[in-house]
Amino acid sequence: MNAMDATLSTPANAAGPAEIRFENVTKTFGRMGGGDLFKAVDDLNLEIRPGELVAILGKTGCGKSTMFNMIAGLLEPSQGKVEVSGHNPFTEFNWFRGKIAIVFQNDRLLPWRTAIQNVELGLEMLEVPKAERHATAQRWLTQLGLGGHENDYPHALSGGMRQRVSIARAFATNAGILLCDEPFSALDEMTGNRLRAEFANLVRENGKTAVFITHSINEALQIGDRIVVLRRPAKIAYDVKLPRNADKAVQEEIRLKIQAVLSE
Amino acid sequence: MPGAVLLGRIARTAAPFVLMAVAWQIASLFFPPYLFPSLVAVFWRCLEILTHWSQLVDVLATVSRILAGLAGAFVIGAAMALAMARSKAVDGFLSPILTFFQGIPALSWVVFAIIWFHGIEFRIFFIMVLTTLPAFTFQVLGALRAMPKDLVEMVMSFRPSRAKIFRVMVLPSILPEILTAWKVNLGNASRVVVVAELVGATGGVGYQLLQQQQIFDMAGALAWTLQLVFFVLIVQYVLTLIETVAFRYRAVSERSL
Repeated sequence: MNAMDATLSTPANAAGPAEIRFENVTKTFGRMGGGDLFKAVDDLNLEIRPGELVAILGKTGCGKSTMFNMIAGLLEPSQGKVEVSGHNPFTEFNWFRGKIAIVFQNDRLLPWRTAIQNVELGLEMLEVPKAERHATAQRWLTQLGLGGHENDYPHALSGGMRQRVSIARAFATNAGILLCDEPFSALDEMTGNRLRAEFANLVRENGKTAVFITHSINEALQIGDRIVVLRRPAKIAYDVKLPRNADKAVQEEIRLKIQAVLSE
Repeated sequence: MPGAVLLGRIARTAAPFVLMAVAWQIASLFFPPYLFPSLVAVFWRCLEILTHWSQLVDVLATVSRILAGLAGAFVIGAAMALAMARSKAVDGFLSPILTFFQGIPALSWVVFAIIWFHGIEFRIFFIMVLTTLPAFTFQVLGALRAMPKDLVEMVMSFRPSRAKIFRVMVLPSILPEILTAWKVNLGNASRVVVVAELVGATGGVGYQLLQQQQIFDMAGALAWTLQLVFFVLIVQYVLTLIETVAFRYRAVSERSL
């Protein structure tokens, strides 16, 4: 064990029940036109505790999004078991209503709905009364600096504003688990940095468990309480918990380690 | 919109119609009325149809038949399209049948309906539905398949009920194609209904056209035809109004294609 490992707790040893659990999970896909199966996730074991903000880091095509889609219940594992809050996210469709919210890589706003109507979407699914959901959506839009743009359609908003609307949509449902798939990768550096900081604060203030997919080491260091580095096909290559307010030397040490793992 | 621009637009729209009317009127000066009647005579016949209940009821009967046929075809076609979008087996079964139906001429359906059924109204409804059903089904199916996958996934991530998926995602997404399908099928239906009435009905615009043909009354034939044209124009205008309101969310480029 080197000096850095001594200062950082090992996540796998953390106490308490897991909020998200991958148990020997493998996911394969058939190739177009037949042939060999493509393995995207390989015997993955991972536990994420309540309240953790975990950055999942890996090269393009390493299976990050496949893993993300399995937590979201959009894909089913080929082998092994994925559990979220002790339930199967793929088969128990209705149980997860209001319990998981997602911020996607692109904003995915419904073009026929105004900003506030887009934020209200998840609340509509939860049968929240109209006045209440309108007030909640308004509060989140205001909190994310979009006051005055409630009735704008997505085409009238900038990329950064649209992504803020999608963040407001995710937070408005007050889901305990937040999944984010490279939500700031398409934004310019300034806007991305600002939104990243705002996003991390919101997650911590609201006590969410969050999984943040990224391919950027800087982004993972800026956002995560814990960083899980995946190799291809998805399997944990490095798993480290970051101390709060880690000083630059520790961050630099982690960065070098991640770079070394990614270049293997 | 400034008055001059509006006037210019109206003039451009009206110009081809005015030109056709002038050409017809000139022809009426050189040919007998049973070939090219004066537009004044046609105008009075139009007015007579619209102001006499005994004649207007024929126009309304035809309009009702068109709308009932289109509504029936749309409801059945949309249900079939939904089933086809959900199941490859259903798609594989229905697609060839609908494609086969598309090749059957409207006049053949008229003959089949006369042989198979007694009731006039049911015959016409059957003909209208069968001739517009394949187009409605394929158009709705195309719209369902063209729904953006990323938006569907986003909506599904909130784990909605089936009714909610339909209301918040499916319907708004396919509405533009539905309105286009109605516009296209409206023109087809107005042509088919006349054929159906011409052969197998005792009332309606088609039946009246047959009467005018038997007495060589060109002014009457033109006036009855214009009733259908006016109806199609009114419905097209209503559909365009719906589009303007329903699709106001669309970004409009200042540079046209």
